Amino acid sequence: MSVEIIELNDQNFDERIKASATPVLVDFWAEWCGPCKMIAPILEEIAEDKNGQLTIGKLNVDNALQVARRFEIMSIPTLMLFRDGEPVKRIVGAMSKRALLKELDPALAG
Amino acid sequence: MTEHAKVVIIGSGPAGLTSAIYAARADLEPIVLEGEPSSTSDQPGGQLMLTTEIENFPGFVDGILGPELMANFRGQAERFGARMHSAKASRVDFSGGRPAIWTSDRPGGDDPTYTADAIIIATGARSLMLGIDDELRLVGHGVSTCATCDGFFFRGHHIAVVGGGDSALEEALFLTKFAESVTIIHRRDRLRASKIMQDRAMANPKISFLWNRQVVALHDEGGSLAGVTTQDTMGDARERHDFTGLFVAIGHAPNTDIFKGQLEMDDLGYIATRPGSTATSVQGVFAAGDVQDHVYRQAITAAGSGCQAALDVERYLADREP
Repeated sequence: MSVEIIELNDQNFDERIKASATPVLVDFWAEWCGPCKMIAPILEEIAEDKNGQLTIGKLNVDNALQVARRFEIMSIPTLMLFRDGEPVKRIVGAMSKRALLKELDPALAG
Repeated sequence: MTEHAKVVIIGSGPAGLTSAIYAARADLEPIVLEGEPSSTSDQPGGQLMLTTEIENFPGFVDGILGPELMANFRGQAERFGARMHSAKASRVDFSGGRPAIWTSDRPGGDDPTYTADAIIIATGARSLMLGIDDELRLVGHGVSTCATCDGFFFRGHHIAVVGGGDSALEEALFLTKFAESVTIIHRRDRLRASKIMQDRAMANPKISFLWNRQVVALHDEGGSLAGVTTQDTMGDARERHDFTGLFVAIGHAPNTDIFKGQLEMDDLGYIATRPGSTATSVQGVFAAGDVQDHVYRQAITAAGSGCQAALDVERYLADREP
């Protein structure tokens, strides 16, 4: 069984983020970004590991330039954690699962 | 628990993966420590992961994308049984009998992750940063370590590329697809880059040059880059420019920190290899690719020396058999 990863775009972003019962980690990515592809499997693992605690949302910046602009994304991959619809943490750049959890876990707990 | 391998290859760029293909085909069952994801060239696949079109790798008439080329290398190595381990080598010990390696995913362990009969070091080189105040803080906020990742976000911006070699011009040309203007800041009055790249850059209407200048300060507004100050390398005249993007391509340094004190290196920290061989100063330890070459630094030369290293290892192990 695999956990659902939500697909976000300019049209559904606000609604899906606000409607989520758990915090959402949004992955700003694109097809042409090599490091983005390297972290995709790590995010799938985290989605499984933290099922019920955290939702992963994928936002392809090619389809969501307005959202990317609104959050002043200037580099991808960028990960942003949203709790109750509000951004609470921003993580820029690809990294190992271990390094990512070190950034993410305190923000999830806090 | 420590695992023993015939061959451990540290690094997964063209040198590491070519040595993996050859070593696997020689039944040496290599383990490849391929590194960890990152937005710099220090990642699985190496420097080519941050490039777009590779036009000079033989065999690809119409060119190939860097990440695609490296996925092919990796797939080919796996096809012959090379085992990929997504971790970095965090420590090595070459002083005892068998070389030992500790990995980043097992921090603090006393026992090494691997011991090996032979090791191939193919950790490559990393791009240098400017090393000035606020540079690291502004990465992702106007300062970029990856033009292919970030160029898209500089649509309509006036940006700068620092450097005068092929990498700098490649980045500048790529960035003209998005930026309103690209200024190349170079500390000399002429470029190091190849003729073909110079011709392309000079002919591009969006590209201009600031000669004999170096970046000495970064300025930000609201946490994003809003300008840079350059200084004349001949005098001390300073000038502020309103660039909102900065890409740095000023050269490379070898990834040899964990080998310091254990292997002979040259003054720049590149691993010394015996002439006509990939053997290092320690028996059973070999080096291939950019980590031992600051002259050629091409994917094809790295791949070539990776092949040499695997053949050297094969002979070394055969000679040791009782």
